[in-house]
Amino acid sequence: MKADVTYAVIQVERPAEPGAFSNALAFGWRAVLKFKHVPEQLFDLVMTPLMFTLLFTFVFGGALAGSTDRYVQFFVPGILVQTVVFNSVYSGMGLSTDLGKGLFDRFRSLPIWSLAPFAGLMVGDVLRHLIASLIILSIGMLLGYRPEAGFAGVLAALALLIVIGFGVGWVFLVLGLVMRTPNTVMTMAFTGIMPLVFASNIMVDPGTMPGWLRVFVDVNPVSLMTTAMRGLMNGGITWAQLGLAMLAPALLTALLAPVTL
Amino acid sequence: MQAMPDSQPIAIVARGLVKTFGDLRAVDGIDLDVPRGTIFGILGPNGAGKTTLLRMLATLLKPDGGSAQLMGHDLVTAPHEVRKSIAMTGQFASLDEDLTGRENLMLLAKLWGFRGRAGERADQLLAVFELADAARRQVKDYSGGMRRKLDIAASLVVTPSILFLDEPTTGLDPNARQSVWRMIRALAGEGVTILLTTQYLEEADQLAARIAVIDHGHKIAEGTSRELKAATGSGFLHVTLADPARIDAAARLLEQHLGGEAHRNVEGAELSIKANSPHDANAALAALTATGIELDGFSMAAPSLDEVFFALTGHGAESVPAIGEPK
Repeated sequence: MKADVTYAVIQVERPAEPGAFSNALAFGWRAVLKFKHVPEQLFDLVMTPLMFTLLFTFVFGGALAGSTDRYVQFFVPGILVQTVVFNSVYSGMGLSTDLGKGLFDRFRSLPIWSLAPFAGLMVGDVLRHLIASLIILSIGMLLGYRPEAGFAGVLAALALLIVIGFGVGWVFLVLGLVMRTPNTVMTMAFTGIMPLVFASNIMVDPGTMPGWLRVFVDVNPVSLMTTAMRGLMNGGITWAQLGLAMLAPALLTALLAPVTL
Repeated sequence: MQAMPDSQPIAIVARGLVKTFGDLRAVDGIDLDVPRGTIFGILGPNGAGKTTLLRMLATLLKPDGGSAQLMGHDLVTAPHEVRKSIAMTGQFASLDEDLTGRENLMLLAKLWGFRGRAGERADQLLAVFELADAARRQVKDYSGGMRRKLDIAASLVVTPSILFLDEPTTGLDPNARQSVWRMIRALAGEGVTILLTTQYLEEADQLAARIAVIDHGHKIAEGTSRELKAATGSGFLHVTLADPARIDAAARLLEQHLGGEAHRNVEGAELSIKANSPHDANAALAALTATGIELDGFSMAAPSLDEVFFALTGHGAESVPAIGEPK
């Protein structure tokens, strides 16, 4: 350290203590910077849902819904839910990486709102969800998807996606806190996510499934979310559907957010 | 908390701190009194409990027993107040690898409330730590020494009253180590209380005004470097022979006069042997010259901290199998 300037650095005047919101925004800023420096992460975010969209529409779409056009109309709201749920896993992996490097030790030894680092991760998630959803939605529209509820419906659907991402995100944040390596987080997460996503009404109408499975599909939160997304984007949403879709995110937040403390 | 008279300002007071992980008592009843503005060293081998102790004092781990006050604030009941007074530089760089050096500092400056002046504050720190050239490079491209500097800079975004440094020079090359040492001394010179852990005996010796030696979660000794050395009660006599061929004869003679065993370095024609007093050493040297063994040089030195550690624990500091401190 240069001795002549030490004094200036040491004798800095402390600014006023910032509020919780300001702390969360600072972490959000970090998430935005991550996009700037690691643009490749967009590839991770979009590739899986993109493959699903193309495969299901063109390979299975005709068989499942009579024509690819009809299938795209059915599938796009659901794949958006899947995109958000899958991508929430990345924030858990990111947290696990931060923990491994001791970065969170620094954050936790600061006099800040103790949920701020997590809230900041969530800000990053919201951005990721929005970007990925918009890309997938645009591709869906190129393939012929038309949101019948119009622009307002799409906006409402995006808002619901953010709520879903926020709620589901806590699961993976907690996994990120508990698991020692990012890879374990990913393995654990997808073990849980796969059945939830496939045994749902995202890809097919559960009408042809055996009765015991339908019982699960009907209460699967992913199905409830998908139903509400279809209602919002294609029209015909009811308050009950909306409420059921937000039930799981609300419960998860209430139960898991305190755990991260 | 204990009332401390102003004439004896104490930065850290710890009494009977305990932290257990399952059956392992990682920290087992440690007392500390660290005066303000001093460098205090915690010395011990891997797994001794140094990191655990530091993490407790930095509010990152809840103590299972005992109490501590930092700058008069209780660790358990007022962690937020404690956090305002401290900064911690952990053993592993606590930086975001994807961000640039400047962005890392700006993030912390924002968290401390600098708002619009966060960039200005980051630039000040980068200049002082001679990182201005690398300011806009991602931290993943930094060398070990640069990371460590940035990590310490990150702890100084606002001036902490107490700075915790967990093994600040582990893994650094000698140049970078010297530069970190200079930095630590400069900070202490400005009145920052520094509590550092190290397993390098030389580091504690070079930096710390007082040293606590920790082994298996216990404090086994505390004092200044000199006091610790004096506690082992002896020094070492080192001699360099003019004629390496006479090394056996010289060793025998020294062993006769001083007892113990002479360590020899045949290549350099050097011998060193424990001497209980300068008087004994003098007599042994006289005996050497009387027998016609010529010396190129000799010196009497206090024992190294490694030797002190050996005397205190019965095992060397570096030879202990690493148990690995739970994180």
